[in-house]
Amino acid sequence: MGELMIVMDSTGRRRFLKKCLAGVLLGTSGRMGLLAAGEQGASLAKSRVVIARDALLRGAGTTVDSRRMLSLLDCAMQALFDRDNPIEAWKKLVRPGETVGLKVNALGGRGFSSNLQLVEAICERLQEAGIRANDIVVWDRDTDELEHAGFHVSTGGNSVQCFGTDRVDYEPDLVTHGSVGSRLSKILTQRCNVLINVPVLKDHDGAGVSVALKNMYGVIHNPNKYHPNGCNPYIADLNMLPEIRTTMRLTICDATTASYEGGPGYKPEYSWKNNALIVSQDPVALDYTGWQIIEHKRVEKGLKTLEADGRAPHYIATAADAQHRLGTNDPRRIAVVEV
Amino acid sequence: MSCALDRRSFLRCGLASGAALGVCEFAQTLVAIPSWAGPQKQDDSRFTVEAKFYQKLQNKKIKCKLCPRECTVGDRERGYCGVRENRGGTYYTLVHSRVCAAHIDPIEKKPLFHYLPGTLAFSLATAGCNVNCKFCQNWDISQVRPEQVPADYAPPKLVAELAKQHDCPTIAYTYSEPVIFSEYLMDTADAGHEAGVRSMVVSNGYMQEESLKTAYGKMDAVKIDLKAFSESYYKDVVVGELKPVLDSLVTLRKMNKWTEIVYLVVPTLNDGDAEFRGLARWIKTNLGVDVPLHFTQFHPEYLLKNLPITPVPTLERAKAIADAEGLHYVYIGNVPGHPAQNTYCPKCRHMLVERVGLTATQILIRKGCCPFCRQPIPGIWHA
Repeated sequence: MGELMIVMDSTGRRRFLKKCLAGVLLGTSGRMGLLAAGEQGASLAKSRVVIARDALLRGAGTTVDSRRMLSLLDCAMQALFDRDNPIEAWKKLVRPGETVGLKVNALGGRGFSSNLQLVEAICERLQEAGIRANDIVVWDRDTDELEHAGFHVSTGGNSVQCFGTDRVDYEPDLVTHGSVGSRLSKILTQRCNVLINVPVLKDHDGAGVSVALKNMYGVIHNPNKYHPNGCNPYIADLNMLPEIRTTMRLTICDATTASYEGGPGYKPEYSWKNNALIVSQDPVALDYTGWQIIEHKRVEKGLKTLEADGRAPHYIATAADAQHRLGTNDPRRIAVVEV
Repeated sequence: MSCALDRRSFLRCGLASGAALGVCEFAQTLVAIPSWAGPQKQDDSRFTVEAKFYQKLQNKKIKCKLCPRECTVGDRERGYCGVRENRGGTYYTLVHSRVCAAHIDPIEKKPLFHYLPGTLAFSLATAGCNVNCKFCQNWDISQVRPEQVPADYAPPKLVAELAKQHDCPTIAYTYSEPVIFSEYLMDTADAGHEAGVRSMVVSNGYMQEESLKTAYGKMDAVKIDLKAFSESYYKDVVVGELKPVLDSLVTLRKMNKWTEIVYLVVPTLNDGDAEFRGLARWIKTNLGVDVPLHFTQFHPEYLLKNLPITPVPTLERAKAIADAEGLHYVYIGNVPGHPAQNTYCPKCRHMLVERVGLTATQILIRKGCCPFCRQPIPGIWHA
């Protein structure tokens, strides 16, 4: 598949949808407010973004409880795919014989990388959906960073694989789109035919926020070249590469710990235990939703909005524009579902 | 694997290949990784040295003061060049002594035409660059992070020793962008001078005044790639800025550094008469008529594969315009056998240096002057 899958609102299985806030849940950007009246409500198709939350995810401690995480993931997937059974939900996403890459974010060390229990839960459900363990690769750009984040590196045998692009290198040839010309990780091009994006939710001093789309910087050899101008249009152009678009099927954003300031590095003083997952097949809608969550927290903490701080994530609008169409940033076309 | 670089293995890097760039031997694949796996990452501790040009900020951030980009870099992040990393609020270069390309080249290849013609330059590079030219011929080392390209450990004294042993009067910092390995360049230049070996740099000149003065102050000659004479080209094609480069040229002039300028003529993008004329007039006004200017031929590379090779008449038009503006030494480059590769006396028009390809086949200059009319010819002609 190339384009995002638009999930229509459904009347079924609403027991999973404890709160379904269609349309604008978390505020409307100024840009959207400028749309002509005739455009409003022009389409009934909405991108579904599921926010699954569990206040008791960590119990009384600080570590995420594995069983509760699995349940949280199940809730999110069932809500997203409108299924009673979590395995059925995963079977809507993958088929036996496919090789699945979980592109995590390991830059933040143990404190702020993709959650280990979440990744384990995803791997467990993928296998129950028929994917062989060694057809699953948990990866990011650098093996040391994965280890530093707590992942157990595995490069052989029948277990889930886990290593960085440094172990296998990047493709020798460039791929290009618009402002971007890069070499892609061989894990993406030679190892996976399905990509599941597992980013974290964080503030980013350059891009404004770093959620789903920005996490693809870990797929290429030269991300340092794409930080000027708020990473715009680089993030959108990068996600247009066919090798990414055609394999990307789902984003499961780890929002168990999130940051609202001081990113992208981990600063405990600017982070909070959000105990949530954000799941969608529309990465633009997911990024827009994540942005609004961070803005909400900034207001709560008495900080200026990213817009007022001169760091609004304009790349999101670019990703949604007519030249990219990677998803929607129109809150009227985003169905945010809280479970 | 062994990254230790003895003389023999280092010279293999430099001498074994006739290609434009040599790539050193590197790590072998480790066991227990998939068959399609490649090399392991090097331990970078030997290559990691605190950077010289940066400012510490709050929250463990730093501001790089090496080039005009002034990257603000958070902890565990890197700047635009990809070879400098903030580790806990201290900024490090990751490419000190980390040589990914090494060759012995004629000095004419740089090109320097008024500097020790007919001699060799021990030429080296690390990974990285502070711009991203769409036409880069060496993008596979300039547009990568250091851990993404095979490299070897070549400390300054070893480089100086090898240069001397192989009759290279000059060490050349080239191929990628030496701005980003300034610390290594400075240390190697010092080691070279102690051993009686000079240094020259091939650079884009996109750097801050302080770093320019400190780093290139140690150079005996400089070649600046002036990539165009318009800010729009610098913004769109180079991902940089013109004005700081012009400022660097003026600063080098004030420092009395021997400097030559290369202008790569890219069809349709920077090949207009007005741009050539503006360039020549600016050089004449700000640097003087004796600065050599090389108009070189573009070949489709990297992200500009859709454009043709620069037609020779375009290069000849550029030279004619610069000649007409009064510049004394205007050359045409990358066109083997073209008569505009030779040096002529600006007064009596006798040929003084004949070049065939990258070789100086005749050098008639005597004591820095034309032997026919005694006109002084600017440059560094003798070691």
